[in-house]
Amino acid sequence: MTSRATPLSERQLERQRYRRRRTRTRAAIAAVSTVVVLGLVIAVVISSPGWDRVHATFFDWHDAKGSFPDVAKSFWLNIRLFLVVEVFVLVLGLVVAIIRVIPSPALAPVKLVAVLYTDIFRGTPTLLIVLLVGFGVPALELSGLPTSLFWLGVIALTLSYGAYVAEVIRAGILSVHPSQWASGRAIGLSYGKTLRHVILPQALRRVAPPLLNDFVSLQKDTALLSTIGLVESLRAAQVISGRDFVFTPYVVAACFFIVATIPLARLTDYLTVRSMRRESGF
Amino acid sequence: MTISTSRGLAAIAVLALALTAACAPTSDSDGGSASGAASASLSECEPATLPVVAKGTLTVATDDPAYEPWFSDNDPTNGKGFESAVAYAVADKLGFTKNQVKWTKAGFNQVIQPGKKNFDFDINQFSISAQRAKAVDFSSPYYSASQAIITLADSPFAGATSLADLKGAKLGAQIATTSLTAIDQIAPTTAPLVYDDTSKAGQALQNKQVDAIVADLPTAYYLTSAEITGGKIVGEFQPTKGEQERFGLLLSKGSALTPCVNAAVDSLNSDGTLTDLQNEWLTRATSVPELK
Repeated sequence: MTSRATPLSERQLERQRYRRRRTRTRAAIAAVSTVVVLGLVIAVVISSPGWDRVHATFFDWHDAKGSFPDVAKSFWLNIRLFLVVEVFVLVLGLVVAIIRVIPSPALAPVKLVAVLYTDIFRGTPTLLIVLLVGFGVPALELSGLPTSLFWLGVIALTLSYGAYVAEVIRAGILSVHPSQWASGRAIGLSYGKTLRHVILPQALRRVAPPLLNDFVSLQKDTALLSTIGLVESLRAAQVISGRDFVFTPYVVAACFFIVATIPLARLTDYLTVRSMRRESGF
Repeated sequence: MTISTSRGLAAIAVLALALTAACAPTSDSDGGSASGAASASLSECEPATLPVVAKGTLTVATDDPAYEPWFSDNDPTNGKGFESAVAYAVADKLGFTKNQVKWTKAGFNQVIQPGKKNFDFDINQFSISAQRAKAVDFSSPYYSASQAIITLADSPFAGATSLADLKGAKLGAQIATTSLTAIDQIAPTTAPLVYDDTSKAGQALQNKQVDAIVADLPTAYYLTSAEITGGKIVGEFQPTKGEQERFGLLLSKGSALTPCVNAAVDSLNSDGTLTDLQNEWLTRATSVPELK
């Protein structure tokens, strides 16, 4: 942009001015439209006959302040769960995905297990897996299996999300053009080395946005672990809500989840845009 | 396809308005009386004049499943179990025959939500509290429950003789129950675990994920006899935090029916019917030691 051989033509300058004008007009219309629509929605909601009741039940400042410390304290458990599970999910997903794409016939039994695993755990509601692992595994009374609710919860969520993530990573690997495999092998790399140095870096970069999407989902699903007795933020809100018959604590808990999700969501957007730019050669 | 911007804006605005208008509830005359303290004279309460949700019928709600000994065989209509019997007794006092009582299912969250209810009253071991009474009406209490500690017979806590003996125990209870609040009285060293219902709490006890669970005494009888193999009631105690646990019928906030339901419960209390029903459905031969 700094040094230009020839000055821009009058026509090009006019074109640029026109585009800038158009951008400004479009931004203005978008802003006005947003304000009008949101304003109308808010006006209708606030003027509705039940608003006072809804306001007192869901948005009571006093109840919000009262429930904040308990919900905040237990949200720390959601964060710890999420951070631990995320690591396990990535490892499990990667292993399963690789097993499924390796063509070696000797691996047939392992591949069968991997296919069964993804089919079963991707097809079962996460809540069911949480209940089955949380209450079922300790009922086996096998020594060596964890009885700590934290680790049972980690196992349940890892099993469930590992299946999703394995499929996402496998899709990424399959999306890399076959010529990349051929090139890797042609320069003398082994199959494993081609996978590690040529294919996986491209595959993982491509699936970063959907992976992050799964992690946002995982972050929210830590709330499912309340069913096996863990007092995380949703359960902390439920306890107050059930004790006093108020619903504001739920809104407080929702805010925690939203605030924790937003950075991940923006990062996902950013990565999506970046990979789109790269793919189209900007 | 091209749409002019002004027309587009107008379309969006109309759409938004239509959507919100469709969602907005219609106005209802919901102001009315403040609390359930009022009581009418029973003679003023006639089925024909009572403001019930379905004319000529008393619609009573409870949760599904409905547990022993409050109900029997998960069938509230059979009149068996303490709460089923109480509901029919209240209906009888209000002048409804057994055939005019209609049962409906209502989950906890559905019941405690503000607004109009699709039942006349709900009977499901709802503990009365001043905080809760801001959201719903409660009738006069029809039962006062003590709390019980349940553990496994082979647990180190099975021989506890006082609440202090349970300090080191990992305790569990059902959400939104007085039992959960009553755990504060024991002041255990680890935070209590909270379960959706007593069945899940019982499962956790059997899995040894908790050392003991707290439930009201009749529920404890049911759990140890039907759900928890090797379960044992260590003892009972009266919750001292706040007031004693008393169960009330739950009505929508400011319900015009509350005074009549109060009159019916009060009358059942004074003529000894409630005590009879308790003896019939809740009291067992087993004696349970009192924990101090």
